[in-house]
Amino acid sequence: MTASAILIQFLNGLASASSLFMVAAGLSLIFGVTRIVNFAHGSLYMLGLYLSYSLFELLGGGPLGFWGGVIAAALIVAVFGALVEVLLLRRIYHAPELLQLLATFALGLIVKDVALWVWGPEDLLGPRAPGLAGAVEIAGRRFPEYDLFLIAIGPLVLGALWLLLTRTRWGTLVRAATEDREMAGALGVNQRWLFTGVFALGSLLAGLGGALQLPREPAQLFLDLSVISDAFVVVVVGGLGSIGGAFLAALLIAEIKSFCIGLGDVTLFGAVFSFSKLTLVVEFIVMAVVLVLRPWGLLGRAPAVARSSGAVEPPLVLPSPKLRLAGLAMLAALVLLPAVFSGYTLILMIDIMIFALFSVSLFFIMGPGGMHSFGHAAYFGLGAYGAGLLALKGGVPMELALALGPLCAAIGALAFGWFCVRLSGVYLAMLTLAFSQIAWSIVFQWDAFTGGSNGLVGIWPAAWLASKEAYYYLALSGCGLGVFALWRILYSPFGYALRAGRDSPLRADAIGIDVRTLQWAGFTLAGLAAGLAGALYAFSKGSISPETLSVPRSVDGLVMVLLGGIQSLTGPVWGAIVFTWLQDVVAREIDYWRAVLGAIILLLVLAFPGGLAGALGRLATRLSGGKAAPGAAT
Amino acid sequence: MLLGRNGAGKSTTMKSLIGLVRPLSGEIAFAGRRVERLQPYQIARLGLGYVPEERRIFTDLNVMENLEVGRQPPRENAPRWTPERLFELFPNLGRMRDRPGGRMSGGEQQMLTIARTLMGNPSAILLDEPSEGLAPVIVEQMARTILELKREGLCVLLSEQNLHFAQLVADRAYIVEKGQIRYSGSMAELAADDAVREQYLSV
Repeated sequence: MTASAILIQFLNGLASASSLFMVAAGLSLIFGVTRIVNFAHGSLYMLGLYLSYSLFELLGGGPLGFWGGVIAAALIVAVFGALVEVLLLRRIYHAPELLQLLATFALGLIVKDVALWVWGPEDLLGPRAPGLAGAVEIAGRRFPEYDLFLIAIGPLVLGALWLLLTRTRWGTLVRAATEDREMAGALGVNQRWLFTGVFALGSLLAGLGGALQLPREPAQLFLDLSVISDAFVVVVVGGLGSIGGAFLAALLIAEIKSFCIGLGDVTLFGAVFSFSKLTLVVEFIVMAVVLVLRPWGLLGRAPAVARSSGAVEPPLVLPSPKLRLAGLAMLAALVLLPAVFSGYTLILMIDIMIFALFSVSLFFIMGPGGMHSFGHAAYFGLGAYGAGLLALKGGVPMELALALGPLCAAIGALAFGWFCVRLSGVYLAMLTLAFSQIAWSIVFQWDAFTGGSNGLVGIWPAAWLASKEAYYYLALSGCGLGVFALWRILYSPFGYALRAGRDSPLRADAIGIDVRTLQWAGFTLAGLAAGLAGALYAFSKGSISPETLSVPRSVDGLVMVLLGGIQSLTGPVWGAIVFTWLQDVVAREIDYWRAVLGAIILLLVLAFPGGLAGALGRLATRLSGGKAAPGAAT
Repeated sequence: MLLGRNGAGKSTTMKSLIGLVRPLSGEIAFAGRRVERLQPYQIARLGLGYVPEERRIFTDLNVMENLEVGRQPPRENAPRWTPERLFELFPNLGRMRDRPGGRMSGGEQQMLTIARTLMGNPSAILLDEPSEGLAPVIVEQMARTILELKREGLCVLLSEQNLHFAQLVADRAYIVEKGQIRYSGSMAELAADDAVREQYLSV
């Protein structure tokens, strides 16, 4: 690269950093004060971009249409954010944080389908900015004027935010509430309006970040997820709740991405290495490195020990004889099922069983393990690809491939888990997300080996398992054994120690439990089980694509576990059944299935903050006159 | 003055009064209103100040900003406070207005947490073990401050394990055990009653 090319790439990076910073700063502010990880933040960005596109036309184009549209779009998104806070989030501030995450995720699904309904599936490219449509010559190259404007606006927003937070009473209250909102309340600070204000401000920033991209990128429906994952990375790299950190991280990541694009294909040691392909994953690599070196981000600080410790998790009691009987009855019903049903029902049941195992394996580390994984699909996918590649390219018999696939996943979990168990809370979740994204991009880009985006086709089970009935029994025995083994382990000394490590790492440490190694082992076990689910999935479908280990698949798992109730033994199974069935029915019957799914999730979250199994358990308790086991332990 | 051993229920009583802990049963009245269903911020705005045992200073905020968070409009029938008046009461704080709360000593933080609560111009104030973990010199200073606050006309409810400190500042004493009030009387009577002290307070 020449010096002028380097300069231009540097400026490109600066221009991209601005919007990224605005989204991330909004996310960081909202998290800092409300402790809600707003999964719908990318949707707010997308909404800002779409709105500014429409407002441009509505306001008659020209400078008023553009600049007025950008500002109006940001304001509309801010009002929308405030409404969301008042109507939805206020009802769930006391719910477990993961349930709040689920609610904002559902909101994102609804926004996406509303955007699809209003603006259609086509990409919409906005107009150039009036007055800034030209280009200036920098170091002999043409550089868009609008990008220079973007470069300036990032630091301006940073400065304005800094003044707001340090020079106004409102900002002081926001900072106080970020540190200890309970104490701020005891001093007479009304948190309700503070929270609404912060949510509106965060939404405004996201909407503005999106609207300002109008001349640079087309409005697209996938933007919500891509922006939210970028924003998460920036916030975590910069340090949760640190606005300056978000700015620094946005610069760092935008610059690295920009230079990866600039470098293009480079020949290293005789092999062509594509840096531009690296852009899909480079931010996650940066995040993984930062989290390992500085677990709380560049400018973040170790979180204060929670003052009001959350609700104490009720212990898992042994299933009552009645419940065991019900379980046996259910198993018998499953065994007899192929005698009654055939064809599509069996296919759906196989899916449900596979996802039940996937969901229970995620529950295993999230509930009793206390490790919230946002990237569990990595192990599902590794199991699927491991088995598929062994069968297709290795010529291994299907039965052996099915056994070895999960081992691939366990090896992956062993390697990733070593890093993950060194962190906790949101940081651990983000690192698991990073690792799954890295695994995904390797699979996605390694065309020669994994088939790239096309995936692998022709992964069929052995002849004696080819019939639907036979495969049904294979899936039933594999998933049944997997689920039972995980449950059984929870009542072994290992399981007790795992829960002790979750509830009080320090005390567990003090009585001689090696918490980290234990969590590492738990993480690997869960990876093994998820890998088994993945391998069974690969042979049941005959083909797999990178989707098997993508972020949406991880989110599916989260939704199942959270729907069922995170501290309930049977909950993840119920969650998997309801979710898989809903997705199947709703997706087949309704065009806007995401919105319907989102609405159903929202209703469930609002109605049953303890998860489905928790609600069923309470119902059972009420029916049996209050003598049954506590709900959350069923 | 609330007295009692560790775990007797002193802090929980105070947290229920300000609304941080919801009482399972019973009524709490303050300033002529039932408050047990109100949010902490609503109770605080009725004129009840709360100084927690753990101090809970905003460590990111400096002294002036900590005071700003506590600021509420002045009310009738209660002493009015400004930062300048508070700095007369706590001269140390006046010399470190820009210092972040996280870089102050324990005694300074204890002064700041009281000053912060006073910025709400309360008519009554809950002090949860203000002498805990402080050097003897600072404890004496704290006692003088509390007497000064009483002279200002502020109603002070103090919880304490330190009987000596309690005798310096309190008029009436209530002894709590297992969440129940076991004894009430004037501080002087309690000081004279060895049997009661032996039964409820000695370790």
